[in-house]
Order: sequence, then C-alpha cells, then structure tokens
Amino acid sequence: MSQQTSPPGGSGPLPATGQGSASGSVRQTGPSPGKGSGPAFLGHMGRVRNLGLFVVLVLLCVVGALTSGNFATRQNALVILSSAAVIGVITIGQTFVIIGGGIDLSVGAIVALASVWCTTVATQSYGLGGMIVCALAVGAVVGLINGLIISYGNIVAFIVTIAMMASARGLAERISDRQSQVVTVDSFNSIASTKWLGIPLLVYILAVAVVLGWVLLNRTTFGRRTFAIGGNQEAARLAGLDVRRHTLVLYVLSGLCCGIAAVMLTARTTSGASNLGNLYELDSIAAVIIGGTLLTGGRGSLIGSILGVLVFTTITNIFVLNNLTTDIQQIAKGLIIVAAVLIQRRGRRTAAP
Amino acid sequence: MSAPLLEMQGVVKEFPGVRALDGVDLDVVAGEVHCLLGQNGAGKSTLIKVLAGAHQPDEGHIAWEGEPVTLPTPTAAMRHGIATIYQELDLADGLTVAENIYLGHEQSRLGFAQRSRMHDAARQLLRRLGHPEIPVTREVGDLSSAGKQLVSMARALSHDTRLIIMDEPSAVLAHDEVDNLFRIIGDLTAAGVAVVYISHRMEEIRRIGDRVTVLKDGRTVARGLPARTTPTSELVSLMTGRTVEYVFPPRPQTPGPKERPMLLEVEGISRPGEFEDVSLTVRAGEIVGLAGLVGSGRSEILETVYGARRSASGRISVAGKVLRPGSITAAVRAGIGLAPEERKSQALFMHSSIAHNVSMSSLRRFARAGFLDSRSELAATTEAVRSLDLRPPDPTRPVRTLSGGNQQKAVVARWLLKDCRLLLLDEPTRGVDVGARAELYMLIRRLADSGVGVLLVSSEVPEVLGLADRVLVMREGRVVREADALDLDESKVLDLVMEGSSA
Repeated sequence: MSQQTSPPGGSGPLPATGQGSASGSVRQTGPSPGKGSGPAFLGHMGRVRNLGLFVVLVLLCVVGALTSGNFATRQNALVILSSAAVIGVITIGQTFVIIGGGIDLSVGAIVALASVWCTTVATQSYGLGGMIVCALAVGAVVGLINGLIISYGNIVAFIVTIAMMASARGLAERISDRQSQVVTVDSFNSIASTKWLGIPLLVYILAVAVVLGWVLLNRTTFGRRTFAIGGNQEAARLAGLDVRRHTLVLYVLSGLCCGIAAVMLTARTTSGASNLGNLYELDSIAAVIIGGTLLTGGRGSLIGSILGVLVFTTITNIFVLNNLTTDIQQIAKGLIIVAAVLIQRRGRRTAAP
Repeated sequence: MSAPLLEMQGVVKEFPGVRALDGVDLDVVAGEVHCLLGQNGAGKSTLIKVLAGAHQPDEGHIAWEGEPVTLPTPTAAMRHGIATIYQELDLADGLTVAENIYLGHEQSRLGFAQRSRMHDAARQLLRRLGHPEIPVTREVGDLSSAGKQLVSMARALSHDTRLIIMDEPSAVLAHDEVDNLFRIIGDLTAAGVAVVYISHRMEEIRRIGDRVTVLKDGRTVARGLPARTTPTSELVSLMTGRTVEYVFPPRPQTPGPKERPMLLEVEGISRPGEFEDVSLTVRAGEIVGLAGLVGSGRSEILETVYGARRSASGRISVAGKVLRPGSITAAVRAGIGLAPEERKSQALFMHSSIAHNVSMSSLRRFARAGFLDSRSELAATTEAVRSLDLRPPDPTRPVRTLSGGNQQKAVVARWLLKDCRLLLLDEPTRGVDVGARAELYMLIRRLADSGVGVLLVSSEVPEVLGLADRVLVMREGRVVREADALDLDESKVLDLVMEGSSA
C-alpha cells in the first residue's frame, strides 16, 4: 500500500510513510467503533476519512517546505489558495451532482462558454454587473438543459454531459471565433486582483461558496434528499420524493457553480477564451473521488472534496517550485487517485456489518 | 420401473437463520415427467439450485445413475447432463441466439469461434424445438419471453442432456405456446430424457405429469404419487398441512369494520398483461388481503394504487377524492404509504441511519425554510421507533445493521411518522424470521385498530387468512373470489389459485 501511494520522483520516502500511517489509522479505527453508538460512529468514520486526507495535505506541505525555500511563505500559500479557488467552486457543484447519483462532465466546457459569452463586446458594454449576470445565467441555463435531458429525457448523465461538453465548447469557439476576448472593464478584472486584509477576493469567494455548500448539503432538506436520491433512487421515488425535479436542480446548481468559476477565471486571465477550463471535469471529479465521495452516489463529503482540491493544487505548486515537468505531476495525480480509492474501500469494508 | 436416473436422500441446505431444505427425497427415472409441487417457500427453488450445482447441500446424498455424485459447480452438473431452465431466464440479452445457446462451450478452433458451425447447429436445435423461424443471428433481447425460453431450452439440448429441470415454464407463455412446450416435453421424454417440471397449475400436472413429489417447509411429504390419478384435495392437503404455526392477533369484535368509513375505493383498474378490471375497497381500520401466486398481479395492483404505475382504465379514490393517476406525490399527499416488496432495493437508504430513513417522507415537518431541525427530527423518530418496539431503539444507528424484521419496522415507522391513513404492505414478512413475524402481525393489527386501513399482499396464504379481515383471491390478473377471511381456508384459496374454481 505504501508503495502505491508514494508519489514517484525525488520525494519518495516521506509521503510513503505518511500515506501508510493514514491508511493504518483507518484500518484500526474501522472495526472498533462498530459497537459504539451510532452518530459518534458515523461521524467518526467521516472524520477519519477526512483526517487521512488532511494528514496527506500536511505531509505534502512538509515535503514542499523541505524541497523549496519558497514554499512555506505567506505569498505561496495565497498562490495555492487562489489557484484552488476556481476549481474549488466547480468541485462544490460536482460534489452535489455526484452525491446525488450523477456526474457532470461538461463543467469545463460550461466555464469556457460562460467566459466567452460574458466577454463579448456586446456583453462588456453592460459593464461589471451585466458580465457577471451573463456568466451566471449561461452556467445555470446550460445546467438546466443538462438536467432537463437527464431527468425528463431519461438519458444517463454520463452521455448527456459528455454531449454537452462537446457542444458547449463548440459554441464557445463559434462565439469567440477561437480568439481571446480581452476584458476592458477594469472593475471586472479587479475581481482577481482585489485583496482584503491581504487575502485575495477569489479566496473569499471560495470560502463563502464552501460554507454555503456545506450548509446546503448537511443542514437542509435539499441536502438530505440529495443523499437519498444518490443512495437509492428507486427507494427515494417510492418514499414520495420528486426525484426528477431534484436531479434537475442539482445540474442547475453545478452549472451555476461553473458560471461563478468562469467569472473568477476570466478575471484572472483578464480575457475570455474558448479553451479555458480545459480538463476541469477530470480535475473536479478526481478531487471529489479522493475526497471520499462514492462515485455511485449516496455518500460523500464536501469538506473531503475541498481537501482533495487542495491536495492536487499543492502538488502542482510543489512541482512548479521545484521546476519539475508536468508529466511527472500527471503520473503522481493518477497514483494518488487510485491510492485514495483503495484506502477508502478498506475503510468501508471494515465498517460494513 | 427402471433404476432411477437421479436419487436424492435426506438433502439438507441451511442458510443463515433458515433451513431451506430439511430432508428432501426425490427420485427421477429416465423418460418421465416428474412434477414438483409445493407452496412458495417450500424449498423448490433451493432444490433446483442444488441440482444445478449452484448450492451445496449441507447433508444428504445425491446419486446419479446409481453412483454417488457431488455437484460442486454448475459446470459439473452440466457435465453430468443436468440442465436447468430458470423462471427468470438467464440469458445474455446483448448476444445473439446462437451465441447464447453456445455460451460457455463455444465451438472453436485455435481460439477462433466457428460461427457458421454454431449457427448451423443452433438452427438444428431450434428446428427440433419446433421453432425454425427464430433467426439465430438475432439478439436475444429482442425476443419475446416465449422465444427466450426456447433459446434456453436449445441451450439445454446443446449439451448431452439427460435431465432438464423446468421452473414454472408455462408462467411466461401464452396458451398456444404452452401446447408447443408440452409437445417438446413429449419429444424429450420419448427420447429418454427426464424432465423435472415445476408448476402450480393442476391441469398441466394432469396433462403431462407422470409422478408427483410434494414438498412442504423444506421437506418431502410425499414422493412418486401418480400424477393423473391422485385427487387434487389430497395434493393440496399435503402441501398445506403445516408444521410451522403462526400466531395471529385476534380480530377486533366491536365495532365491526363494516361500520367504519370507506377509505380506499378502486374501481375497474387494468394494466394489460398485469391485471384486469380489478375493483376493491378498504375501510378505515380494516385489513384487506390479496392472495395469489407470484405474477398474478398483486404487487402491480399495490404499485398502481400508490401511483408508481399508471392504470389504463378505471379510477382510484381515497376518502371520496379521486387520485391523480400515476402520481406517487398525489398518493402520498392523500395519506397512502407503501412498504414495497424488496425492502433493501426499494425502500431503504442503506448508507443512512434509522432516523434518516424514517424521516425521509416527512422532512418538511422538521424543516423551517428548508433548514432541518435535527433535534426535533431525532425526537420524533425516536418516538416512532419506540412505539413500534424497533430494536435496538436507537435511531442514530445505521439501518443496515438491523435485522429484516426491524428494517421492515423502520419502513412502517416512516409512514407512521407521515400520519398515513392507508398502508400498502407488499410481502411484509419476507426474509423475517418466525418470532419477529408474530410481532409484525401484532403491529399491523394495532395500526388497523388505530384506524389505519391496510392492503396486504402475501404469497403465504396462511398469513393472508390469519391477518386480514377480508381476502381477495387473484389468479392471472383477475380477482376470482372475494370473501371474509373467516369464510375461507387454505385449501380453498389454493384451489382457487391453481384451478380457478372453488372446490
């Protein structure tokens, strides 16, 4: 197990032991609380799973600090958080969709389309407010189309969103004619450059989105029903839940998150382009998976997903600081995904009756 | 009589908590049609699986042509020449007819499938079965049930088969197709193949059967009876003479349910192929039972009342108000709750706690502006769980750790919390052990006494008779008899179910 989880490259031994101890803690705590009281037991499992990921993150930071003098600086921490912000917001929507038993492969394409649409000359003429409203509306409407076809057309999410992935990016290319559309509205660009108390606005946006997402998922009827529908769609239907409408809303939510992310990303690059958000679907799904959410739905954690985003962002950061090529970085990402799922399965098996 | 082809003695098969086979004897001679008779749960399916090599017996002997054998795998059974045609035909829908027939023993040379040879051989087999018109290159998923059954039979014959087990083969067939099936069976037995034939239909047993073996509660109670001459009454009494006694709660004396207000009125609902022209009523505080075989349309009726299926005709009303057809939301709003047949796949959220399972249909009650008040949710679910005596009485535990009976209670608790007026129970005691059953019976009666109307479906006739006030007997999608439970007995119901006419 420790062999599999250690990222290749120079930084072998440290993460290896780290992962080993993380998986070990899951293994030990899995069976013992079975006799304990319910909520503590469930909460414990959840915490242990997130704890494992948290330990990984801490160890990555240790590796980063040891390998690069620039890692453990306030400046670099803010760089990591800012670059996590965009994919983080997308991952929140993706987490809802996956816990609800679906998947959204079109997130990257929606970001591109929203980015292009809100930066056309015509839209820019409406100024900051018009651009933001446009991006959010494009995201929500594309999500609505996804949701309508999935819920009421009875086509599986994978097919619908992969089709949307192609079409939405195609439309983005058509609108922009594959040209970068420079943003001339300064107040829009300042979304990415504004700092409050030394912390970028983008990071605040992520933080607010995480808090709202967490509350929605864990403290509302909507969140409870999301878990139910993902856990057992037929049982949810027979319990009287409106499964179709709920599923529809999940995709609108995901689209809306993409719209927000498009604003953030476009402001960062100060231009709209049809190639923005490339492979974001894979990054967000990967973060959800290593965050401990079941790809089949019904079980998962938003905090886990965000930790997953931070793990990937931190790895990228460490590789960049050490001037390592991106190919090794991709290999490391792949190994971490597989290792995380293996660890989770172990945790689940020991928790099963 | 020639030496038996197959002989089973004292075969026992135990599953956790259930002794599915408890001393089965069976002998089958070459060239005969041997009928296996028994109620649902008598152990027929388990017996078939033992013979097919899918289950290993815990005790007992099996002899094949006088030699003791073990059948550790389905392949071993096949090698001896035992083939099984299951009720739910085990074919790969995406493969062609020929590919299905030769699945697992493809004709090949050097690893390459020899298509044309397989196609020719498959065509020959289908001709032998009287259906040369079935194209061997067609995907099996496109065929009718009867067509699939023929493919399944062709697969059985593609081996050197000596014994074919058929599990209610006529259940999926139309009338003229049954005639063809019987002709095929005649051809097979004439060629010396033995057939073990399972069916509930007396007239079929009379027509093609040679001998009958009767199973009851996992035991052989009669073996080798002559199929044509044994009186129906004798067979029925052999099937029903129970050893397991159920304890049923007493029915209330006053006030009689007939004075209670009408709750559910179903008038002339139909779904082609499932049930036809069904009308029924349930009064508040009354338990109405639907008796009948699997596939007689009982569960479909419950799901139609619940709005999970849509009736092609007729109407359903609750307390005088007509329900919007095909809408679960409307049914739930009208106060109907369903405890479906498959608890785990249709009712429960196995990842979640008991409390979350129980509150699922009444979340709005615990929410203010969409935000859940988990304290009041927990309080209410705790009370519901206590009042049903669900054990352990801790609603924060994961629902998957509960026993079958307690899981069923969790489903009932969901509707109790929703203040439901009419409870639809589909096989409420399936997978529930005997002790917990009595408890569920008490619970159902107590709910009825509190004014809830109950519509109950069960494959176990004694359960329907013992628990319900009024019983509707179903046969092939139609109600063939409606009567007070006290005016029926088990053999009358079984007669109705099997023959369609009261004895």
